[in-house]
Amino acid sequence: MNNDLNPALFYFLAAVMLLSALAIVYCRNLVYSALFMVVCFLSIAGLYAMISADFLAAVQIMVYAGTIVILIVLCIMITRRTTMERTNMPEKKYILRASVLAGLLFFLLAYIFVNSEVLPTTNNIIALSGDTVSGLADLLLGHYMLAFEIAAVLLLAAMIGAVVLAKGADEK
Amino acid sequence: MTIGITHFLIISAALFCIGLYGILIKRNLFSILMCIELMLNAVNINLVAFNHFLPTPNLSGQLMVLFSITVAAAEVAVGLALIFRVYRDFQTVNIDKLNSMKG
Repeated sequence: MNNDLNPALFYFLAAVMLLSALAIVYCRNLVYSALFMVVCFLSIAGLYAMISADFLAAVQIMVYAGTIVILIVLCIMITRRTTMERTNMPEKKYILRASVLAGLLFFLLAYIFVNSEVLPTTNNIIALSGDTVSGLADLLLGHYMLAFEIAAVLLLAAMIGAVVLAKGADEK
Repeated sequence: MTIGITHFLIISAALFCIGLYGILIKRNLFSILMCIELMLNAVNINLVAFNHFLPTPNLSGQLMVLFSITVAAAEVAVGLALIFRVYRDFQTVNIDKLNSMKG
């Protein structure tokens, strides 16, 4: 097989992703957390590009790193009128219990994944040929046509709902 | 050692657990929304990894991620509008202070 993944690249992207995710949780300043989200989402886009999901990498950069983070930062700016210092403090009394719970869940999941027998192995992959855009478009406008239309309606409903919630339905 | 699906599953499990930890310890609504985004991305990594390591070439997993990103975008828009509304009514985004119903 000539489509083996580059281990150095994988470990670099995974380290950047996990460290920036930890930085999101540990930053004292809410705006810094939001900006570390951009780093995290960009490294996830790199991981997508590694495993033959080029269109999803572009979508990840555009939708997550481009739009969602900007929206969140904008709303943080609107709702804070004082200094941003110490706006993202963790609750001290929950740290021990939450870390035990999350660590236990991670170790159980890792144990299951390492010892699992049913996961597909790497030595029988048939690589996707070319880019994925045309294949995704064929599926989206063919077999998954109804889901595509429902997603469009969902986006419209979310847009109207967000406008009504933010503005208020009964106000002029 | 080649990178297999187990590596991707483990890093996505780590990302999911970091998001869970953040949700449990943070008291700010924006932080909770950001950690929910982290957990959603962990699930998306899982789907793309399974799609890549399947024995047959198929794009259904990637298409699932596309729909998941759509729903996540709608969720963020509505969630931010809700936070905005809560801030206008209560003048705070700390969930420990949002403990009275009907204003």
